[in-house]
Amino acid sequence: MAQLLKGCWCRTMGMNYDVSLIRNDFPILHQQVYGKPLVYLDNAATTQKPQIVIDAIGSYYEHDNANVHRGVHALSERATAAYEASREKLRVLLNAVSSKEIVFTRGTTESINLVASSWGGANVHAGDEVLITEMEHHSDIVPWQMLCERTGATLKVLPINDDGELCMDRLDSLLSERTKLVGVVHLSNALGTINPIHEIIDRAHAAGAKVLVDGAQALAHLQVDVQALDVDFYVTSAHKMYGPTGVGMLYAKEALLEAMPPYQGGGDMIAMVTFERSEYNALPYKFEAGTPNISGVIGFGAAIDYLNSTGVKHIAAHEQKLLAYATEQANAFNGLRQIGTAKEKATVLSFTIEGVHPHDLGTILDREGVAIRAGHHCAMPVMQHFRVPATARASFAAYNTVDEVDALFVALKKAQELFA
Amino acid sequence: MFDLRDLYLQVIVDHNKSPRNYGKLDPCDHEAEGFNPLCGDQLHVYLNVNADDIIEDVKFEGQGCAISTASASLMTQVLKGKSRAEFQKLFDAFHDMATSDISTSPDDEVLGKLTVLAGVREFPSRIKCATLCWHTLKSAIEDSRDVVKTE
Repeated sequence: MAQLLKGCWCRTMGMNYDVSLIRNDFPILHQQVYGKPLVYLDNAATTQKPQIVIDAIGSYYEHDNANVHRGVHALSERATAAYEASREKLRVLLNAVSSKEIVFTRGTTESINLVASSWGGANVHAGDEVLITEMEHHSDIVPWQMLCERTGATLKVLPINDDGELCMDRLDSLLSERTKLVGVVHLSNALGTINPIHEIIDRAHAAGAKVLVDGAQALAHLQVDVQALDVDFYVTSAHKMYGPTGVGMLYAKEALLEAMPPYQGGGDMIAMVTFERSEYNALPYKFEAGTPNISGVIGFGAAIDYLNSTGVKHIAAHEQKLLAYATEQANAFNGLRQIGTAKEKATVLSFTIEGVHPHDLGTILDREGVAIRAGHHCAMPVMQHFRVPATARASFAAYNTVDEVDALFVALKKAQELFA
Repeated sequence: MFDLRDLYLQVIVDHNKSPRNYGKLDPCDHEAEGFNPLCGDQLHVYLNVNADDIIEDVKFEGQGCAISTASASLMTQVLKGKSRAEFQKLFDAFHDMATSDISTSPDDEVLGKLTVLAGVREFPSRIKCATLCWHTLKSAIEDSRDVVKTE
């Protein structure tokens, strides 16, 4: 590890961010698609995985595979230690008070469902309100809709403006003593907007509401300190921060988790079971029923090592340069309309091109080796706001280059010509 | 290698730019709505079938990609004047063409100009774009009242 840290530190210090060295860490990038070099610009959907993450998962299955928290044998002890080490890495990354506040889940979606079901079920009643924003991903809309349907509470929505920024001047009028929870995305997958979550948390707390921040996109691009933010719930997925799919995390303040009923029942989440009653396990295990995604959690830990050794700050600075360059190109591109022009933005260039449907753009770009996302990005209300059925979206990560931005725009030009 | 121009033939580009039989049919005796949740395509078809079971008129409206718009446009052109039985034959032949192996030649005799859409076979994620209008029309003509979803 010391070796790795040293190596990574040298290549990402300040201005000397060497993207070719970063690219060497990602074996998947070195391939051709339809005879063209792969240009992977679909990072907001999922990022690629560095070799150390792939190796961590492989090594676990080759050497340490065993169930966690129950075996007395060497393999189980090693698997448990590696699993719990990832929890500690997340605690440090987020600056949580205790690793008891880190619950492993299947991903952001499950984390939000856990909070809506467990905390929401106990704390949200008929007549109460849940406030979300117009730019939420479906995973931060539907669980709250389901909760409101179950309880008779009302779902309120903080609107966005035409730049894709939250209408913060409307926040206070939407908050009241009835507001039990505010759900807000940290970094919008559809627009790239970075929301002022600190301010939202402060104002929500002043109204007596708890706050859940959807950090699915955020941790690969932004530094997060849950204590400084005083956030109640922070959720994310490993696969959008160079980790594996199928694993994610819920951070919640210990007192909240302590008071919340379990989400699922089963093994590992109990201390004692009889047919009359069961006693639940201590935090965080109360919320981790069943054999977890052990290799995924270990891969998640390796992804955090990778982020730390490369430096989120350096990655973010690199991505900002790419985004600024891409935005400049987009502004000069005839017939291109950007969707999402917030002052505070990261990683995402979302757009439409006159006369070419995003879905066709996706197919045409694919044949040029350029992978982008075309669709509603699981944020249909955002599409409705901008009156478009879908957008094309390029999203940047640590390993993308200026040449790849050029390749994107060359391919877009081709698409436009094909439809001329 | 399969070229993009094999998918985006000039005919398809033209039908996308100026779709035929676009708009609402009022009055109409059959209609249905179709969605492709994956890409947000949305389509509404209207048709009138006379006492002899002949499709007298058919129109569509909605928003979608070039493949889905061109497919709907071509479909409406081909179906005018056809019987229900002929529709079913076309539906089956179109479905076979869109989902068959690239080495299989489409049934020219039944499909006629609809064979311009044979290229979608090489683009698995786009097959649903081409077939959405056909499934929607089937729902309309059968009055099944189901909203068609491609997922």
